[in-house]
Amino acid sequence: MDLLRRTVLKGAGASGVLAGLLAAGVLKPTLAYANDWNKAAFEAKDFDVALKAVGGDGAATNAALVMKAPEIAENGAVVPVDVTSNIPNTTSIAILTKKNPFPLSSQFEFANGAVGDVSVRLKVAETSAIVAIAKADGKVYSAQKEVKVTVGGCGG
Amino acid sequence: MADPMKIRAQMKGDVCEVRVLMSHPMETGQRKDNDGKTVPAHHIQTMTVALNGKTVVSGQIAGSVSRNPVFGFKVKGAKAGDKVAVSWKDNKGDSRTDETTVA
Repeated sequence: MDLLRRTVLKGAGASGVLAGLLAAGVLKPTLAYANDWNKAAFEAKDFDVALKAVGGDGAATNAALVMKAPEIAENGAVVPVDVTSNIPNTTSIAILTKKNPFPLSSQFEFANGAVGDVSVRLKVAETSAIVAIAKADGKVYSAQKEVKVTVGGCGG
Repeated sequence: MADPMKIRAQMKGDVCEVRVLMSHPMETGQRKDNDGKTVPAHHIQTMTVALNGKTVVSGQIAGSVSRNPVFGFKVKGAKAGDKVAVSWKDNKGDSRTDETTVA
């Protein structure tokens, strides 16, 4: 066994993993400040990348996280979505639309007495699952709902 | 300067319900106008809700939030007469802050 070859291979493997992590947004090159627009997360075109960018990968479903959204939205430009987290100490809620060109639509952080409860109106491009990610006590929870769209809300 | 927001803050039991309507085109940067030209992105990026000067909700939003966005939040520990201030800033640097009192 050629020792040098093994080391080179090992090194290549490790840097490959690192590049993969960077691409997935796990290692963010810039720090996200509390109220700075998280460009990397919002401009991610891939749902999984956006999900990771908001720290929502590996989230557990929890019945205490409730999402209200219409089953059929006639107008994709205005889809009312309510997310209520009954999980104590909910500190943030992010809402993503799986099939939108840019999946992440909004992210809210709560402090000083604000309850983990938010209602927004979203544009939904096509029939898609809408996913809510809530963080409480360092744990991540998710809830999702499928919304059927008859007229898309993005583009034309 | 953008049009003023409409803010309503109302006590429902021990929780204050805050509803905000912002006046903003919220262009995604994906839409094309009648001449087939892409309309440049113009949307709110960050917003905060403050109760008596203390930030209670800070949000980041994308162009995929509907035009003239409406938000609803709930805050505990507020009482009638408290001041609720909401502000936003968009990707062109425009911003706006409006205030109301809890009813």
